[in-house]
Formats: sequence, structure tokens, C-alpha cells
Amino acid sequence: MSADFLFGVEVFLNGLMAGVLYSLVALGFVLIFKSSGIFNYAQGVFALFAALTLVGIQQGQVPFSHLINAVFGTKVHHFGWDVPSFLAIAMTGAVMVILAILVERYILRHLVNQPDIILFMATIGLAYFMEGFGDLMWGSEIKKLDVGIPQGGSFWIEEQTAGLGGDAFYGFYLDQLDIYATVFAAVLVLSLVAFSQYTKTGRALRAVADDHQAALSVGISLRFIWVVVWSIAGIVALVAGIMWGSKSGVQFSLSLIALKALPVLMLGGFTSIPGAIIGGLIIGVGEKMFEFLIGLPYLGGATENWFAYMLALIFLVFRPQGLFGEKIIERV
Amino acid sequence: MFYREAGDFKTSYAADSQTFPIAFDRYRYLAVIAFAYLVVPFLINDYWLNAVLLPFLIYAVAAIGLNILTGYCGQVSLGTGGFMAVGAYGCYKLMTAFPDLNIMVVILLSGLITAAVGFVFGLPSLRIKGFYLAVATLAAQFFLVWLFNKVSWFYNYSASGQITAPERLLFGLPVTGPSAVPWAVYLTALTFVVVLALAARNLTRGNIGRQWMAIRDMDIAAEIIGVNPLTAKLSAFAISSFYVGIAGAMFFVLYLGAVEVGEVYGIQKSFIVLFMIIIGGLGSIFGSFAGAAFMVLMPVLLKNIMVGQLGWPTDLAAHFEFVIVGLLIVVFLILEPHGLAQLWRLAKEKLRLWPFPH
Amino acid sequence: MKFTKLAAAAVAATMCAGPVLADLVFPSLSYRTGPYAAGGIPFADGYADYFALLNERDGGIGGEMTRVLECETGYNTEKGVECYESTKGEGALVYQPLSTGITYQIIPKATADGIPLHTMGYGRTSAANGEVFSHVFNYPANYWYGASGVVNYLLEINDGDIKGKKVALVYHNSAYGKEPIRTLETLAEKHGFELSLLAVDHPGQEQKSQWLQIRRERPDYAVMWGWGVMNQVAIQEAANIRFPMENFIGVWWSGAQHDVLPAGDAADGYKAITFHGVGSDFPVFDEIRKHVHDKGNAAGTGDQIGTVLYNRGVYAAMLAAEAVRKAQEIHGVADITPAMMRDGMEALEITEARMAELGMPNFGPSFKVSCENHGGPGLVGVAQWDAGAKTWSLVSDFKPTDVEVINTLIEEDSMAYAAENNIEMSCQ
Repeated sequence: MSADFLFGVEVFLNGLMAGVLYSLVALGFVLIFKSSGIFNYAQGVFALFAALTLVGIQQGQVPFSHLINAVFGTKVHHFGWDVPSFLAIAMTGAVMVILAILVERYILRHLVNQPDIILFMATIGLAYFMEGFGDLMWGSEIKKLDVGIPQGGSFWIEEQTAGLGGDAFYGFYLDQLDIYATVFAAVLVLSLVAFSQYTKTGRALRAVADDHQAALSVGISLRFIWVVVWSIAGIVALVAGIMWGSKSGVQFSLSLIALKALPVLMLGGFTSIPGAIIGGLIIGVGEKMFEFLIGLPYLGGATENWFAYMLALIFLVFRPQGLFGEKIIERV
Repeated sequence: MFYREAGDFKTSYAADSQTFPIAFDRYRYLAVIAFAYLVVPFLINDYWLNAVLLPFLIYAVAAIGLNILTGYCGQVSLGTGGFMAVGAYGCYKLMTAFPDLNIMVVILLSGLITAAVGFVFGLPSLRIKGFYLAVATLAAQFFLVWLFNKVSWFYNYSASGQITAPERLLFGLPVTGPSAVPWAVYLTALTFVVVLALAARNLTRGNIGRQWMAIRDMDIAAEIIGVNPLTAKLSAFAISSFYVGIAGAMFFVLYLGAVEVGEVYGIQKSFIVLFMIIIGGLGSIFGSFAGAAFMVLMPVLLKNIMVGQLGWPTDLAAHFEFVIVGLLIVVFLILEPHGLAQLWRLAKEKLRLWPFPH
Repeated sequence: MKFTKLAAAAVAATMCAGPVLADLVFPSLSYRTGPYAAGGIPFADGYADYFALLNERDGGIGGEMTRVLECETGYNTEKGVECYESTKGEGALVYQPLSTGITYQIIPKATADGIPLHTMGYGRTSAANGEVFSHVFNYPANYWYGASGVVNYLLEINDGDIKGKKVALVYHNSAYGKEPIRTLETLAEKHGFELSLLAVDHPGQEQKSQWLQIRRERPDYAVMWGWGVMNQVAIQEAANIRFPMENFIGVWWSGAQHDVLPAGDAADGYKAITFHGVGSDFPVFDEIRKHVHDKGNAAGTGDQIGTVLYNRGVYAAMLAAEAVRKAQEIHGVADITPAMMRDGMEALEITEARMAELGMPNFGPSFKVSCENHGGPGLVGVAQWDAGAKTWSLVSDFKPTDVEVINTLIEEDSMAYAAENNIEMSCQ
């Protein structure tokens, strides 16, 4: 096999992996949109906040230390203990659940029955709030996130495949973090599917997604379901935050990963969990292959951002409701 | 009492269909415009111009533009930043290629260029609807920014890709470049804003505006009663882009003076303008002003209070600024979901009855 | 409209109440929030701490107290405008805009207002030509000197011959990131190395394509012009593809502690160019600890001493303070104006003896500014990261760069600017 072809395959594989990471972010949006019709602009900030909280708990940071020091003239910053990763992750999950309860209690409850655009706006307000609040709570420096997931190209795969394409080819490069992310994403999606198919709450969730009114009329508590959904979205945000944060350190820019999820959502449909996964894979592969085949050699590179949207656009022209979106039936 | 609609009799059709049919409204707006033209120029200094008035006026134009598309015609757009960039770069190319062209003409021409670009990116709207349409405009946003960054023709092959506005005169006074006179800059921007706002007001009241609103409320029904979705949607895209392009050009020549596309016209700008029209009120020209005022003035005000008055550390103040703006948005929505424009409508309601409660 | 007026009235009330004091005012357009906060905090702390030290220890400069006026920009150009306009009325002596975007749009304004700008190692490179940019200074080094410094360093470690070597430039796809391209292309022609360009779009969280490309091409050296999250991701990705770290060289904005720490041990051996000293082994830091931090007057949290960007902040403050001294000397008054400050900056001379006297021996190159040359000597050093000890250390001292090539480029670019904006040459 020629080396060029193998490089293409390598780019393809890495595109799939990148796609999984995009899907993780997109998943959070889909969950909330599906059950409550809200486009949650704050999802990216959620990922940032979750990752900040995780690192903060792990390293025993004193929350609001900067504020406390400024007001009282003290010098506190750390409690002086380290919390093991799994415990810290569990505690962060709990924080995200509390956050979901607060969001429901103080925002959503007051905005029942409002048009979508109003709810969207409310999440913008929430995003602003969380952005400032997260920084106040944990500080704005870059923090190293290490929960024990290995990083770097996998030696084993590289060695196994190095012989395939002659001297110019060095074996496939696959990042171990990406492999872990794929596994986590698979587990996450499977457990979400199992949860929504086989548990009582899960069935209630699907009922709410189908029809709010009907669900209410058979005695399902909308508020409880919303708390559940926002909690799950918070936990998905935590997973996304861990994966992206391990790469770049936890910092403000983590909230921008939401932008990476937008074309995925457009392509996969706002209401479909498999759509988010497959959309992510298509976008990941599409943008990486385009950059490899056309972007870098002919257009000077950095085409990924806009090409993702172009790709989604091309798909949408043929399927206006997204790949897996519900078919739009229009009546006058 | 103060705000009366009754007792305002019209004796001709022209009077009946004028822009502001209620006398009080008319006088009030006239008073505001007169104040803006006759009083403000004498009070203005660099700080007021560059930190408060200019961003407010320019964002208001962009918000009106987006409101035409999103608020009146119901087509969600997240490409505002990209279209503003078209205006700015169009303006730069025209200014450097034709140094003798009047700056007002240059800005209008850049608006027209943007309208053409907006028209092209509006084409998918005939097929894609709702949130999904945002993808077409996002594609425009990212593609245009990439294009202006990549193709060095757009920035005249300068080493860094920054564009700087050269000095241009208007009636013998510099309005762009470093030695621009604050009040002249202000009046230039104000003139654009007043003319464009009045034009928008009339457009949205007229035939085409009604077509847009019909499309927004239900496009299939609109089609059945004889509204052509092709012309309605594409005209909304073109006209909206015209406004946005002018805002982008003014942002570059009058306000910043030097811009870099990724930093100034990035996706963040698209979101900010969208926030403005949602906070201000969709489908309301006044709402565009109110939203722009909220998003531009609130941070400046908060900063001045927290840092200037209370003497807080700047970083804490900046964090609190986010927290407070976020809280205000949520509180506003809970109290009044239809934006600041609705608040104003309610205020009018109260004024109408005042001082009698019933 | 009602709302507007209310808000405007409130702003007016706030504005009028600002304090008016006769001090030496140094505005600091800092960014302690937003995507680049990690880089903004240490610089702002260093800048403020040095002036606090001068006040505390020497009673200001030449008997005049200094006052640092901090204004948060969040690296946002529009907030930068607001900051500039709100601080310039207070007698600001010199601006450090600290962002490419803000620099570009303040250049014409500050020139018209007669306030000098000091853009140390960033901003508009061709501002080094003092004949065109009368109020802008970017000594002691700029991006093009930096790019040349990288090439010279490569020459140095390859015994003067890099013909046929492959160099990949990974750059932030913006005005800032594109700065070195022209210089590197010219130098590639001169020295016969192959240059390949890899753009990374803002913000730069996803760089897989670029690093797969590097892995495929196996360049001998990778050079990075990055900022913000792009730095951390690039260093991590380089480690992931097992690119030899000692062959990976960043610009001075890609070489701080926070850029390498997230990658942990994998970042060991990464290099970055610099134009000032690294580490905390300078007497001035003891003084700052003694006179500022121990008295509880530290800017920020006070834990940044000795980090690369803190040092840069201290260095910027030192150069500003020295320029004030020079201005006071020239004009014979203690309370100088921005115009005098400009003269001081233009006559600035930094010698090794003076730096040692200030407790910063060999902290930066010794140089002399002139009316024509606002760009300094362009001496560039290289620092390397030791992940075990968590320290940067100089591996190549401040050495001269290819001034000839660069001055031609500077001349070309500044003349184009002058022609476009009808600027008359000064210094005649």
C-alpha cells in the first residue's frame, strides 16, 4: 500500500476520534433540547465550570479564595489536601446535580410556557453568570487536569502497523486519550440508551420529550424530569470537560468548545442522540479529510472551522431537518 | 394623561399614514433627535464618543439590520460578524482604491456590497428553516473571516493583515483617522443611524415589511395568500446585510480605526448582536436601540461604578460584571419575557392612564 | 431612549468623581479575565509591583510618586478603546496596550494625542522605524528580530549550516501569528532551509491536522507563534507525536510557565526565545518581596514572582521608569508630561552597569534608543524548560540578529504605512 493512502487512512481514523470528542459536547445540547426544547447556550460554560470544579476539588483549592483575600486581607488559597480523582469526579457530579436543581428552581420554573427564544435567552444569561461565577470561585489561571488518563500516541498500534507502507510510513498514530474518550463516549451513550429504555424515569423522560402536555396529564412531574435532564447534561459536560481539559489544561477557552458542537448539531439534528454521535463522526472525518486533501495543499490551511459548517450546509440542503431530526410536517 | 392616543384627529390620508401617527410620539422622537443633533455635539469629548456613543450608535444599526432579518422575517442569523467584516473590508478597499471618493458614499457602497454577499448566503434559507438555518449563516461567518484573513489582496498585502483607516474629510473636517474631530464623527454616525432607523421603520410598516412578518408568522400560510417567499426572504437577507454592512464599515472607519478580522468580527460579534435584539425585543426598531444600549452601556456603567467609585480590583470587578449582566438578563426575562421594548410598551400604558389608576 | 439617558447620566456622575492627582501615571491595560487571563495576570502583577517598589523604597521616581492605573481589557479591542479614553485624561505617560489589536488601533490615536506607546515584543513591528512612528517604541526586540533569532539559534546549533533542513512554522491564524512569515521566508531563501507553514485557527483547541502533518513531514525543527490555549495544546500534541522537544522552539509569548505546565514532564526540553532574563535569581525580586509583598501590597495574589511573564512586566516597568528618569534629566522637572516622556524614551540608554545598579544584572541587553531607531538592538536569547525543576533557564545568551534583512523589511512596511496615511518623516 502506498504511504499516501495510508496517511489518508490515518487522517480518517483521527477524524473519527476528533468526531467523538465533538459528539461528547453535542450530546449535552441534544439531551436538553430534546426534553425541554431549550437550546442551552451555556453548555460550553458548563463544561468549563465542571472541569474547574473538578480540578479545584482535586487539589483542595479554597473556593472564592481571591474574593475572600481581597475582602478580608487574608492569604488563603489551598486547604492542603488532595482528593483522589474518582472521589473528586463523584463530588463534581454532585455539584453539577445541585447546579441543575438551582437552574430549575430559579430560572426554568419561572419561564414555563414561554417561547423557545426566551428560554434560549435565559441560557445566555446563565452563561454570562457562570462565566463570571466560575472565575470568581476558582480563579482564572490555567490549571493542569490529570485524572490518570494516559496521553500520547499509542506505541503498540504504531509498531503493529509500521511495516504496512514502506519507509515513508511510520505506523498509524492514535492518541490514547482519544481511544479512552471513544470508550467513555460509547459507555455514556449505551448507558443513556439503557436508562431511557429500561427505567421508569427514563420512560418518563421520553414521554416528556414526545409531548409535554400529554406527559403532564399522566402525572409525570415536569420539574423533576427537567432536573434529571439538566443533571445528565451537566455530567456529560463534565466528561467533555475532562477530555478536552486533559489536553489543554483547564482554562477559559474550554467554554469555546461549544462552537465545535454547533455544526454537529445542525447536521445530526437537535433531537437525536445517535444523530449527535454520527453527526460528530461525519464532521470530524469530513473536516480532517478536507484539510488533508484540499485545505493544506491548495488553500493554505486552517479550513476546518468553516468547512465543518459548509459540510453541514450541504447535507441540510438535501435533508432540511438534519440527518436524524424528526421529519418536519407543516400544516397551515 | 401624558401619553394620549385619543383626540388626535387626522384630516388627510397622508397624515393618517405618516411614520409616527401619534402626535406625542412624533414630538418625542423629534425632541430626542433635536437633542442628539443640537445639544450632544457641544458636550461630547473623546471618552463619550469612543466609549459610549459611537459603539451604541453603531451597534444599534447592526441590531436594526439583524432585527429586520430575525425579528421581522423570522430567519435566524449568526453571520452578523462576517457580514460586518464584508462592510469593513469593502470600505477599506474602496477607500484605498478611490482616495477621492466621499466617505459617506464609500460607506453606502460597502453596505451595497454586503447586501450582495448577504443575498448569496441567504439562498439556503429557501430550503432550510428555523435553527437549522443558523448553519448557513455560521458557514458565512467562518468562511468570510477565513477569507479576509487568508487572501492578502483584501488588506493590501500588508505584513500583518491589519487594516488601518486613512484620513478622510467630510465638509473639510476629518471624520476618520487619528485627528478626527469628535463631534464630526458623532454627527456622521448619528446621521446614518437616524436615516437608517427611519427607513427601517417605514420599510417594516409597508408592503415588504408585512410580507416579512407574514413569512415569520407562518411561511406556508403566507405563501398561500400570495407572498412570494423567494423575494420576501431574499430581500430580508439583502436589506438586513445592507444595514449590517454599514455598521461594519462604521465600526472600522469611525470607531476603531484599525481592525483585524478574526478579533473584531469573530463569532462573538454575531452572538452579541443577537443578544441585543433578543434583550431589546424581536421585531421592534426601538428594541434594537434598547438592546444595544443595554449591552454597550451596562458593562461600562458597571465598570465605572465598581472600579471608579468603589475602587475594587479590576479583575474582581470584571468577574462581577459578568455575574451581574447574567443575572440582569435572567431577571429581566422572568419579569418581562418580551424584552425591553415590551417594558417600554407597558410604561406607555401606564403613562396613558396616569395619574388615574383606571 | 429613556434607559439610555439614565445610564448615560450615571456614567457622567461616575466620570466626574474620578480622583485628580499630580503623579506619574502609568496606565496598565491588563487582562486578568477572558481567554488570555493566564498570560495577562503575571505581566500586570509585575508591572504594578515594580512601581510599588519604587514608591515604597525610593519614594517614587525623582521624588514624584508613581501611580499605576489598571484597566481591565479582557484582551478585547473595544474595551481597550474604553480603557484608553478613560485613562488618557489622567495624565497617562506611556501606554502598554498588551494586545496586537489594541496596539494597532491606539497607534494613530496616541500619536495624535501625543502620548507614547511602548509595545515591547509585540504590536506593530515596523513601528521600530522612528521616522514614521514618532510616538511608538518597541525596543528591545520585535517579532522579526525574534524570527531571525530563532534562525540564528538554529544556525548556532548546526555549526552555521542549515541548508536543506526542514522547518515547520505553526502559527496562530491572525495578524499576530502571521508576523514572522515574511522574515522567515526571506531568511529561508538566504540560508537555504525549507519552510512549511501550518496555520491554526483561533482558539486552537483542535490541532490534530497540523500535528499529523508534522508527524508525516518530520521537519527537523518546529517553530511556534502561538498564544492562549493554542500554546498548551500544541505542546501537548507535540509530546503526543513524540516530536523531540528540544527541536521545538516557541516565540516569547509561547514560553511561559503556564504554557508548559499542563503538559507535565512531556514538555521537558521545550525551548522559547526571550529578550529578557528568566528565573527569580535577581536581587530586584528580593527587594520586591521585602518592600512590597511582605507589607501586603502585592498586586494580584503575589505568587507570580519569577515567572516569565512577571519578569516581562517588571522589565517593562523598569524601562518605563528609566525613561522617566531620562526625561526628568533632560527637562529638569520632576513632574513630566507625556511629551517629555517621549523625549525620555527616545534618549533612553540602558547599560549593564545601570541594570546591575537596579538589581537586575544581565536582565536584558544593553541598548540605546535613537530618533530613527525605536526598535532597540534586537538581541534575542533562547530559554529552555526543565520540567523536573520546573524552571526556565537561558541556553543561549542575547545574541545579535540579522539586522540588515530585517531593517529592509521594516523600512518597506513602515514606508507603505506612511504613504497610505500621509505621514511626514520626523528626525530630519
